[in-house]
Amino acid sequence: MTFTLSEEQSLLKDAARDFVREQAPVTRLRTMRDAKKNGRDPQLWREMAQMGWAGILVPEEHGGAGLGYVGLGLVLEETGRTLAASPLLSTAMIGASALILGGSAAQQGEWLPKIAAGETIAALAVDEGAHHAPEKSALKVSGGKISGGKAYVADGHIADLLVVAGGEAMFLVRGDAKGLSRRELVTVDSRGAADLSFENVEAEPLKGGAALRDAVLDRARIGLAAEMLGQAQAAFELTGEYLKTRKQFGQVIGGFQALQHRAAKMFTELELTRSCVYAALAALDRGGDDIAPWASLAKARAGETLHLVSNECVQMHGGIGMTDAHDAGLYLKRARVAEGLYGGAAYHRDRYARTLGF
Amino acid sequence: MTEALDTFRAETRAWLEANCPPSMRSPLASEEDYVWGGRNFVFKQPDAKLWLERMGAKGWTAPTWPAAFGGGGLSNAENAVLQSELKRINARPALFSFGIWMLGPVLIEYANEEQKKEHLPKIVRGEIRWCQGYSEPGAGSDLAGLATKCEDRGDHWLINGQKVWTSYADQADWCFCLVRTDTSVKHEGISFILIDMASEGVQTRPIKLISGASPFCETFFTDVRVPKGNMVGRLNGGWEIAKRLLQYERTNISGFGSGGGLDVVDIAKHNVGLDDSGALADRDLRARIAQHKMFERAYALTTQRAQEEAKAGGNVSHMASMFKVAGATLNQERCELMVEAAGNRAFGWAGEAYTSEELGVTRGWLRSKGNSIEGGTTEVNLNVVAKRVLGLRDTQ
Repeated sequence: MTFTLSEEQSLLKDAARDFVREQAPVTRLRTMRDAKKNGRDPQLWREMAQMGWAGILVPEEHGGAGLGYVGLGLVLEETGRTLAASPLLSTAMIGASALILGGSAAQQGEWLPKIAAGETIAALAVDEGAHHAPEKSALKVSGGKISGGKAYVADGHIADLLVVAGGEAMFLVRGDAKGLSRRELVTVDSRGAADLSFENVEAEPLKGGAALRDAVLDRARIGLAAEMLGQAQAAFELTGEYLKTRKQFGQVIGGFQALQHRAAKMFTELELTRSCVYAALAALDRGGDDIAPWASLAKARAGETLHLVSNECVQMHGGIGMTDAHDAGLYLKRARVAEGLYGGAAYHRDRYARTLGF
Repeated sequence: MTEALDTFRAETRAWLEANCPPSMRSPLASEEDYVWGGRNFVFKQPDAKLWLERMGAKGWTAPTWPAAFGGGGLSNAENAVLQSELKRINARPALFSFGIWMLGPVLIEYANEEQKKEHLPKIVRGEIRWCQGYSEPGAGSDLAGLATKCEDRGDHWLINGQKVWTSYADQADWCFCLVRTDTSVKHEGISFILIDMASEGVQTRPIKLISGASPFCETFFTDVRVPKGNMVGRLNGGWEIAKRLLQYERTNISGFGSGGGLDVVDIAKHNVGLDDSGALADRDLRARIAQHKMFERAYALTTQRAQEEAKAGGNVSHMASMFKVAGATLNQERCELMVEAAGNRAFGWAGEAYTSEELGVTRGWLRSKGNSIEGGTTEVNLNVVAKRVLGLRDTQ
């Protein structure tokens, strides 16, 4: 029963939906953006941590809930609905799973309780150029220290702990490490990021090498796909409401067949993508080593669907959709970043083909 | 519960081991191997007949229908076990049947006891082959505009009119048919009636399609007398039954791929080749095939999700139109990619220069063009999704 939620998961999902509706509606992102905070909303992150979300993956002995990937994915989906700006993906999904999968007992003991408590924000530093290419790295490792640069690290401007991929190896780097410098990036989605440079920076290795890198990246992709599903669903609902209320030519525009068919197409894509995202999350909870095709399926489909829906959201709103005052643009902007992060649809099509043997 | 299912699995496995002929444990090579049953069906292999008889006697051609009407009487969970056991040994479907896919479910819901007892067991055993009398020359997408006249003549109904796109009418024994019983109203003047194709005044004429095959017919009814007991549901109450049946039909067409069991990746590997890195040499085609494979996976997962939601008590009937559109698009995309991947090997029409698989790709591609037309066009089904699922209407 891949798609049937447990009672615990249903409760988590409902609680998340209520929380974002009351505490983190889209206006909260807008307020943060207008105050030029570039993704910083520490109060929101504290509240999320109090809900227990930072430690959803963290085992109970380290102060977490140990609720699994489906549970975290459902929360990410809900936070995606309102574009809630938080380090939930980079910390609760990426940072926690890097430590759970590749951390020593000491590393886990030091970091996991802080992650679960919301005290430590993590970020994944992987790419070094303009495009996602995790295998390519010029990072130099020598005597437990790393040198090199990382590009567009999501939440890299606010992270206390960096998970750094360097070719075939993975490292932990403390946010206050000597020799680490950050260039903050002001980003189109108002979430912020950073370019990082390392000059002989102390780095603790994680266990697992390239396999760990791929395992962590696949969790990042699936978690991001869940967030994107929520964004796409919300942008679709926003559009649907407009189609039912906006009148032109003496009738609601939702009565026009040209728009009806495009809405039905979006609905279909959303339903198909939802199945892929939930199945990928369930595959993570099952364990197993077949995650690559699931992650690429979920990320590519989520990217294509969100692209379609966010663009149609602007188009079907007409002129109002082009204004800054309307939320359509916020969805379009976040969509563009999320589509590219950890590999776009083209990257994952290529990877999916390889896993299928062509 | 699980224990009972384990026992059922063991019994099922043993029964299949003893009763499924070895020659029936391989994929169907072509449409010619499909077993449709009926009074005049010619079995290509004696084993196919044996397999149908055994499965029919067990009721497993219609596993979840009530045992009282010849069905298997299985729960959904037991049926899932049966299907997985059939799949495990690669068993061929014992029967392809419009009676099972479309008519049976609505008979169970709408027919009286006498009608159920008369028709359901024969459907299960594959003794009667049914065809669907829906579309007419003047009533395609606007199906409710149908005009085939059905008059009350006291002790019988008198039918006059013409149907078109009647699948396999020339080989069918009976027809479930939509007829007009009131001309003063549209949807409320339609009735659902069962007609024996052997009746005097019934004529069929096959229509040759672009694929060269003739799966569809024109069907003519001239002063055909039908017993009063053959109407299903109430007089002028046929539209509701017609729509319910379409939901079953749409679900089935959407899962019904053409082009045999051929895989587009195999065809591409064979005709395009791989480069040094092991990737398909045509990168553009490779990307499109990968995208298609994701679509295929997403579709299969969504079917599975809908089944789980239905089991959990959710109402998923409104999803039939979505599945119909997506399934038609999926199969057409697959056929287009296979033709493209096959290159000039897909340009053949006949003769020994082409393998039967190659000719099958070409014929299947042409056949697939009907997927977005039959059972309600893609455009009509998108209307259904927009109006019934999304609540988009002309006026709010």
